[in-house]
Amino acid sequence: MTDQPLGTAARANPMADGTWASMKLFGYATVAVLIAIGLASWLGDWGWLNRDFVNSQGLKPDYLGQFIAGLGRTLTLLIVSVVVGYAFAIPIGLVQVTGPWPLKWLAKAFCTFIRGTPLLVQLWLLYYGLGSLFPQIPWIRFSPLWPYLRDGFNYALLAFILSFAGYEGEIMRGGFLAVPKGELEAARAIGMSSWTVLRRIWLPRALLVVLPTLSGEVVSQLKSTPLAATVTVFDIYGIGREVQQEMFHTYEPLLLIAAIYGTLTAIIASAFKMVENLVPMKRG
Amino acid sequence: MHKLWKLGFAAAVALTTAAGAAFADDMVVKFGVAAEPYPPFTVKGADGKWSGWEVDLRDAVCKEIKAKCEWVETAWDGIIPALVAKKFDVIWSSMSITEERGKTIAFTDKYYKTGLAVLAAKNSSFKPDPDGLKGKILGVQVSTTGLDYATKYFKGVVKEMKTYQTQDEVNQDLAAGRIDAQVVDSIPGRDFANSDAGKACCVYIGDVKDDVAVLGPGTGAGLRKEDNDLREKINAAIKKIRASGEYDTITKKYFNFDLYGG
Amino acid sequence: MSAMTIDLSMLAFSPPGWGSNLLRGLGHTIEIATGAYAFGLVLGLGGAMGKLSGGPILKVALEVYTTLGRAIPELILILILYYAGPTLLNQLVTAYGYPPLDVNGLAAGIFVLGVVQGAYATEVLRGAIQSIPTGQIEAAKAYGMSGWQRFARIIFPAMIPNAIPGMANLWLNVTKDSALLAVVGFSELMLETRQAAGSTKAYFMFYMAAALLYLALSQVSIFIFNWIERRQRRGQQALA
Repeated sequence: MTDQPLGTAARANPMADGTWASMKLFGYATVAVLIAIGLASWLGDWGWLNRDFVNSQGLKPDYLGQFIAGLGRTLTLLIVSVVVGYAFAIPIGLVQVTGPWPLKWLAKAFCTFIRGTPLLVQLWLLYYGLGSLFPQIPWIRFSPLWPYLRDGFNYALLAFILSFAGYEGEIMRGGFLAVPKGELEAARAIGMSSWTVLRRIWLPRALLVVLPTLSGEVVSQLKSTPLAATVTVFDIYGIGREVQQEMFHTYEPLLLIAAIYGTLTAIIASAFKMVENLVPMKRG
Repeated sequence: MHKLWKLGFAAAVALTTAAGAAFADDMVVKFGVAAEPYPPFTVKGADGKWSGWEVDLRDAVCKEIKAKCEWVETAWDGIIPALVAKKFDVIWSSMSITEERGKTIAFTDKYYKTGLAVLAAKNSSFKPDPDGLKGKILGVQVSTTGLDYATKYFKGVVKEMKTYQTQDEVNQDLAAGRIDAQVVDSIPGRDFANSDAGKACCVYIGDVKDDVAVLGPGTGAGLRKEDNDLREKINAAIKKIRASGEYDTITKKYFNFDLYGG
Repeated sequence: MSAMTIDLSMLAFSPPGWGSNLLRGLGHTIEIATGAYAFGLVLGLGGAMGKLSGGPILKVALEVYTTLGRAIPELILILILYYAGPTLLNQLVTAYGYPPLDVNGLAAGIFVLGVVQGAYATEVLRGAIQSIPTGQIEAAKAYGMSGWQRFARIIFPAMIPNAIPGMANLWLNVTKDSALLAVVGFSELMLETRQAAGSTKAYFMFYMAAALLYLALSQVSIFIFNWIERRQRRGQQALA
């Protein structure tokens, strides 16, 4: 640091390449470290992970299989909420920049509510608050929709979609505003309709602007998924909790879960890094 | 200016921590309770005070052992780790005495006994046994003997088994129709079925066949294995309260039957 | 008694209204959040300086801390720290021959959230410090200022305006993360709400009330931070 020539400004962007590369490296390294510590230490009783493990009641719980199913649920929650949430975020962001003021106000209120309240409150509001309303209405209670309205998973999914849409809506608003006006004016000058401008210029450029933050946002969303376990969803954390209760081990399941989430984070970060390298980013 | 603010913050944090970290005093006994309403045993009122049969019994025990007693709220599914981590000294939250739990903690003598019951949505009429529960969605609270029983007898036949952090959530989901039936200790189960909310939604199907190996001999207080002194004191207090008739006095306030069981 | 009843009398301040319980919970939330925020900032400042000018071992240790702290879900971290933290602390203390500490709930909550915050705070503050033009730091070195003097006179004051947006974000995050403490049974706003809702069955109303309280907290906080940033940036050139 002291060898830099005078006049060289410090790198202003703390999220420059170095951070993600080291994050990936340390992601793998720390995951390995975590597993090693858990196995080697005196806390380490991992017999229950064996698929043929028989518990004190003579049953085979097959926790490994359950963890894999839980992983599937976590990934489903993550991917669906990110994709659908983003689909909603784009109009939410756009309407705050262009739209008629009632829609603009609605979108702003939505984003403010989502970003100003904990996800846990939103989730419980949906599951307990709204969810208690449905069975009281006969034509909902006995409709073919009922199996979906019963299941905690769908409430968790809805809560995560709305949450992602709220946060990303705000980011997309910033993205749309950041596109240089000159490009939009040029597009209109050559006769493109508003819709075409949006489709060919505005939206893609806005997406390019927000791309660097997307990785962090998806990781954030992954870290919110354990909350689904509070509404009867057996995601990774839900299974971990089950193991904790049935095997009376406090730490091993938690360490295993931490390792799994750490690995997933590292994978997501690396995947986005690769995508970012593919996309030409003009500096300046 | 900012440095002062930062120093001030740091000092405030340090002071709070110092004030919080006192040396352990064995005349103050902390009782851990699950932070959820579990009528009629433990209920938190709008004034923030706990009340209920179990609360009254604890107050009586406290008078006997001549200690200052405090309640520490904690999540039910972490109550044993919290005890081991010394967040409190006694679990006093309707915990059944089982061999499995006995490996980690020590129990006092029992202070009440309850069976296990099945509650279901209104207008259900089936027997509380594996045949009756076939194909239904069953709900139960985690870390309970009810869950152990359900896993042993019902897991194979039910459509789906859902577990919940608190008993209150199970009741709520049964009322909401998200589960078809639930397994719960019979005394709080009966209390829920007789409440307004319970009468509107649900019906008390009946008690399941007893299995002492799974359900245990009764409910007791949980302590860390090394706290023998405290355990003896509480046992003596429970004996005294039963002998003096105070147990019956407390029970009469809430129930018209004897809780102690054979 | 439907779960959708909006019986505002249940929010009243004196029993049988649950309003005072909710406000007490809000008070606890603010208490824990403030303590955890302060603790997290102290950790973050140390971590940032350590990462920028510390030895290689310190840098690696801090890298592990910030990576794990930001990669693992907050809920899992809270659980691990809540059970492991006081146990390890007591083992440390008894190893030195002192009687075991009786850590009260507030301190435990502050510790747990603060450690989680510290990982994020380290990165925020590090970024803020790195955006100080190196020229200023080198000029300070040229003047012969010691490390502490450089920190107190140059780095710290210049870092604050750059850090404010990140610090505002950290505060909003800690107030929202405090809700997760309800899962381990801490008596803050979320838990009080769940108990009130559970006792009265008016779920929708109470959770909505809690949401509005959190919303009020976050809006007031944003307002205050905007004011702070405007004051800090007085006399500075406008950002490009």
